[in-house]
Amino acid sequence: MDQPQIDSTGAGRGSFNAYAVGFILSIILTVIAFALVMNGGLPRSAILFGLLGAAVVQMLVHLHYFLHLDGSSSARWNVLALLFTLLIMFIFVGGSIWIMLNLNYRMM
Amino acid sequence: MSGINFLVTILKMRAPGMKLMRMPMFVWTTLVTNVLMIFAFPVLTVALLLITLDRYLGMHFFTNGLGGNMMMYTNLFWIWGHPEVYIVILPAFGIFSEVVATFSRKRLFGYTSLVYATVAIMVLSFCVWLHHFFTMGAGPNVNIAFGISTMLIAVPTGVKIFNWLFTMYRGRIRFTTPMYWTLAFISTFALGGMAGVLLSVPPADFVLHNSLFLIAHFHNMLIPGTLFGFFAGYAYWFPKAFGFPLSEKWGKRAFWCWLIGFYLAFIPLYILGFMGMPRRMQHYENPAWHPYLIVAAVGTAVISVGILCLMMQLFVSIRERHARRDMTGDPWDGRTLEWATASPPAVYNFAVIPVVQDVDAFWDMKERDVAYQQPTKYHDIRMPKSTAKGLLTGGFTFLFGFSMVWYIWWLAVLSALGIVFMVINRACDDNTEYVISAGEVEKIENERYRLLASAAANRAAEGV
Amino acid sequence: MATDVSTIDTIYSEGTEHSKIIEIQAFGFWIYLMTDLVLFSAIFASHAVLAHNYAAGPTGKDLFNLPYTFGETMVLLFSSATCGLAMLTLQKGRKAQVLLWLAITFFLGLGFIAMEIKEFYQMIQNGHGPEKSAFLSAFFTLVGTHGVHVTFGLIWMATMMGQAAIKGLTMPVRSRLVRFSMFWHFLDIIWIGIFTFVYLMGVM
Repeated sequence: MDQPQIDSTGAGRGSFNAYAVGFILSIILTVIAFALVMNGGLPRSAILFGLLGAAVVQMLVHLHYFLHLDGSSSARWNVLALLFTLLIMFIFVGGSIWIMLNLNYRMM
Repeated sequence: MSGINFLVTILKMRAPGMKLMRMPMFVWTTLVTNVLMIFAFPVLTVALLLITLDRYLGMHFFTNGLGGNMMMYTNLFWIWGHPEVYIVILPAFGIFSEVVATFSRKRLFGYTSLVYATVAIMVLSFCVWLHHFFTMGAGPNVNIAFGISTMLIAVPTGVKIFNWLFTMYRGRIRFTTPMYWTLAFISTFALGGMAGVLLSVPPADFVLHNSLFLIAHFHNMLIPGTLFGFFAGYAYWFPKAFGFPLSEKWGKRAFWCWLIGFYLAFIPLYILGFMGMPRRMQHYENPAWHPYLIVAAVGTAVISVGILCLMMQLFVSIRERHARRDMTGDPWDGRTLEWATASPPAVYNFAVIPVVQDVDAFWDMKERDVAYQQPTKYHDIRMPKSTAKGLLTGGFTFLFGFSMVWYIWWLAVLSALGIVFMVINRACDDNTEYVISAGEVEKIENERYRLLASAAANRAAEGV
Repeated sequence: MATDVSTIDTIYSEGTEHSKIIEIQAFGFWIYLMTDLVLFSAIFASHAVLAHNYAAGPTGKDLFNLPYTFGETMVLLFSSATCGLAMLTLQKGRKAQVLLWLAITFFLGLGFIAMEIKEFYQMIQNGHGPEKSAFLSAFFTLVGTHGVHVTFGLIWMATMMGQAAIKGLTMPVRSRLVRFSMFWHFLDIIWIGIFTFVYLMGVM
């Protein structure tokens, strides 16, 4: 059968190893996150940072190993679109939290 | 969906040689407009979803009690609302860029800075939304942050205005109807923009929020900006779409009525805003406001005459269409590739995809003398098939909305199932294209070249 | 002039057409995923604002069962892995294996939804439905929207299994499966955000 080189991260370049590595890493990161909360122990801010870190890393693992996002030229527009989306999200999610906290403080 | 359609087409399906920095300015503004659409509309979807859940399922996102927060609706709504107004204005900016270049017979000045200004607007338009609710309780830090970002967003538009002015400088200007709309836009829109910068100062906005000053400001953006842009585009591209031009005489009459009418209708509102008149009044008691409102009313009457002139223009143009048929496809001596096609264009647009070598690709081809060369060989062209499925899906969606509004639950369920069925049906559709044979293409193109030749012969006979 | 036309010829050749079409369609779908990301972020933002408005009712600590959530997470993660395996066998063109892995993915996804429905049902039965407080409204809506997306994914998956079985692994079928797998992986990424911000942080 013909092997099309698909991309714009429609895969076509995946390999079993990539999926296996991604899968194992995801399990480890999930276990870390749940363990941090379920075992208590550490101070609150440390747990929060740990959770945030585990979540971000696992999202990156998914993006790279499952969605085949990398620095190659064929994925360039995808990465750019994602970065722009993250910028917009940061602005409006962060902005919303700032505004609403400010309003709650002054008006409630 | 439209946003994705345009974005992917522009980024991934351009003609060979059509680098991003060679695209017509209108295509750039279309690209940025669609990016704004893609990223802003989901936030509106969520705002509407949450308020629907509040009303239909009794949830507490925006309610007064049980932990709801009404301002979150306002917040989410305007996160969409501000990019929306840029979605509205950017295509008009693109149209003006095309019109100014064509009717000044000159390449657009500062193409690169125009592109950067447009992209700057794209990012900044997501950073200013709070200015729609300065007065609703946020502290001075929050207000001034958004006030500053709002002032900043005026800058790229200013850059564009200067670029259009410099394009006209030392150009050979032709005063056609589209150019009239453009010239009026440049001056009048700048006035409204300045009002916007005034409003961006939070203390000033505390006095002017929801006054007629605000109304005058955004109508000053919408009418000389968006509406005049669409009128200019309408006059500019009508011959391309329909094969005959619009009457210049009636176009100019409509223009003067709209311009004078606009000034009469809205400048008094700026003054009334300063005098303290709020918006959305059912009646008023203050006699000091009366003279200004009378002037404004006269303005609306003048605008109605302008609308009648536009209708007259269409009627007259259609009546004279055979006598004024455009046979070349290029009635304005255009600079961009749409003018290389017939008027109206063939269903496939271009029989052979052109190779682009410069900005203003068609002008470049004219200068290299390759503008109307007939190719030696034609190819089969694959075209998308028409289908009623989109319309049917839309019909089910209409029924769903209608039944949800009136609580007709059985119809809501049925129409929702209808939507799902239509989508799955279309998703299984493999038969979505048809082919126009090379022979058929050749026939259509030969006819086009025959018309071109006869138009050239007519011009030669007239000694033009 | 002649050179212009010959450059065009390469675009019309069949071979490049297929993979270019799949690439373009995948890119368009990627942009759709970006809009879905914005949609979820807006709901996340609303959740962040309202998460502590308990209205004197139960909090996350009172309601959430972390081992259960861990189970849901594993089920979804496994389904992402089996979806990946389905795509690998798709590359090799093995129709029966594609159908097998898709079926496994489907049942895992169905398991995830079943677990979620059970959780929602229990909460509502105990009087902690979404109409009881802003926190609960935000919880049910955010997790529920994700669940609705997964459900649409299941419908899509079933449709694709039908298409693959009946039509075989034709170009349109392959293109659609590519986009389906992008969707399925994307939903797992959103779930990472949900279990972190809603469940784990909600319990602290």
